[in-house]
Amino acid sequence: MTEIKNLTLVDLVSKVKSKEISSKEITEYFIERSKKSKKLNSYITENFEKAKKMADEFDKKPDFKCKLPGIPIAVKDLFCTKNLRTTAGSKILENFVPTYESTITENLWSSGAILLGKLNCDEFAMGSSNETSFFGNVQNPISENLVPGGSSGGSASALAADLTPATIGTDTGGSIRQPASFTGTVGLKPTYGSCSRYGIVAFASSLDQAGPMTKDVKDCSLLLEVMSSYDNKDSTSVQFKRGNYLDKLSDNIKGKKIGIPKEYRIDKMPKEIEDLWQKGINIIKDSGAEIVDVSLPNTNYALPAYYIVAPAEASSNLARYDGVKYGFRSEGTNLIDMYEKTRSKGFGDEVKRRIMIGTYVLSSGYYDAYYLKAQKVRRLIKNDFDEVYKKVDAILTPSTPSSAFKIGEKKDDPVSMYLNDIFTVPVNLAGLPAISIPAGTDKKGYPLGLQIIGKAFDEQNILNIAYSMEKQINFKNNLNDWWMK
Amino acid sequence: MTIDLKTVKHISKLSRISLEDKKAEKLASDLNSIFSFIEKLNELDTSKTEPLTSIAETTLKLRKDEIKSGNIRDEVLKNSPDKNKDFFVVPKVVE
Repeated sequence: MTEIKNLTLVDLVSKVKSKEISSKEITEYFIERSKKSKKLNSYITENFEKAKKMADEFDKKPDFKCKLPGIPIAVKDLFCTKNLRTTAGSKILENFVPTYESTITENLWSSGAILLGKLNCDEFAMGSSNETSFFGNVQNPISENLVPGGSSGGSASALAADLTPATIGTDTGGSIRQPASFTGTVGLKPTYGSCSRYGIVAFASSLDQAGPMTKDVKDCSLLLEVMSSYDNKDSTSVQFKRGNYLDKLSDNIKGKKIGIPKEYRIDKMPKEIEDLWQKGINIIKDSGAEIVDVSLPNTNYALPAYYIVAPAEASSNLARYDGVKYGFRSEGTNLIDMYEKTRSKGFGDEVKRRIMIGTYVLSSGYYDAYYLKAQKVRRLIKNDFDEVYKKVDAILTPSTPSSAFKIGEKKDDPVSMYLNDIFTVPVNLAGLPAISIPAGTDKKGYPLGLQIIGKAFDEQNILNIAYSMEKQINFKNNLNDWWMK
Repeated sequence: MTIDLKTVKHISKLSRISLEDKKAEKLASDLNSIFSFIEKLNELDTSKTEPLTSIAETTLKLRKDEIKSGNIRDEVLKNSPDKNKDFFVVPKVVE
């Protein structure tokens, strides 16, 4: 039997197609590992029995023409899956069983993939460490008691621990790229409008995008190809020519111009991050691309603007959880009392905090001072990028200001937690695509990522740059499966 | 600007989230640290800047007004926490 360990998604697809491995063998491999990895707490809901049956069915009647033939995949528990519980990491949706399927997961299944289970995440994707989940903390397989990042923490943990060959997450302010960086994996946030938001539990609708999380850049290209589609069920879905990202993947980036924004050299930036960035710059130069110093003058205002826009949209989106139509209900003496008790008991502290921030900035008398102001700043941030993209093809930055931190370390200080997303948030505000790739480790041996930001709808270009860099960096997580012992 | 306990209680009312006094104090302190961080935006002159509401900035497309999915009452009611056969059920509203 072919050894499945260490095979990439692209490898698995080719071995299924050449009949070297069956869907059943792959599916059982990942189920066995997942069952032995409960300590990581990366799953919220397992779909193992059904997955085995579906793998059997695939092997009996295989379709080798599809892009993910009989490949088992676990997904973030923010994507609605028909007839399988979808919680968004919240008590308020603890028993919610969707009667419909999200477009993104539908795209996976119609490409031949099989659902392994639903992965842990911060409650309603609000968090940077997976510590706000109602279903408990997730362990980073890199080291014990280390956060996997968030909000797609369960996805990153399961991927790095080899419990799923690839996975999907969502990214509102960095929720794919930051956990990818913390776990030594690849994560891409596509351009706003590339991937349908239909059937994804909404957080901040003008920022949310789903994207692939994978072991390497080739896998990322393949999975993006499957996920990205025009969808008339999402009014912000954009019609554009979607590429065959994997076929067109090239490591030749000669002559490309890569911008280095000086504002990302933040105060008190750890030397390790500074060195990592320099390493990336050197690698790009060695590939024959040109480094250009650029300026994104409003970078410092991105995070404060984000913490108005995102909570404002969240407070509006989360108004639907009223204990009437679906989800948890706490009984009350009258209708209003029922609403207030349901939402008080159903939501966790971080979600309540953001709903309250959002409600406040949208409330009478404050709308102009906060929400409108933040939208204007958002325009300035987008203009910054537009200006820079007249001169360069892409931008290189660190993905995060630090490596993964200990569970509990930042939990009681919301602002210090929010600062995790300082390099990722501007990208969401401007709606651009960006990829994080593992690029090295810090003194402790924890992974660090570099982020490549592209022009809108120019995913192919950032994939190519990432592919070229990946070949030279040759990063490997050497995990000893400590959590299974 | 500081957010006092009274304001927190007002926001909690608007948000339809009941709040114990002890939690309200902690929340007031959290909100104050978050808003002092947000206040940084006041350094910027945005008097001549247009707000950016959506990155897509396209006008919403019109579609034909037609029924795409009918007869799904059972599906719609399926996840309701308290239901009889045909309706959502809420505490008594009219005496």
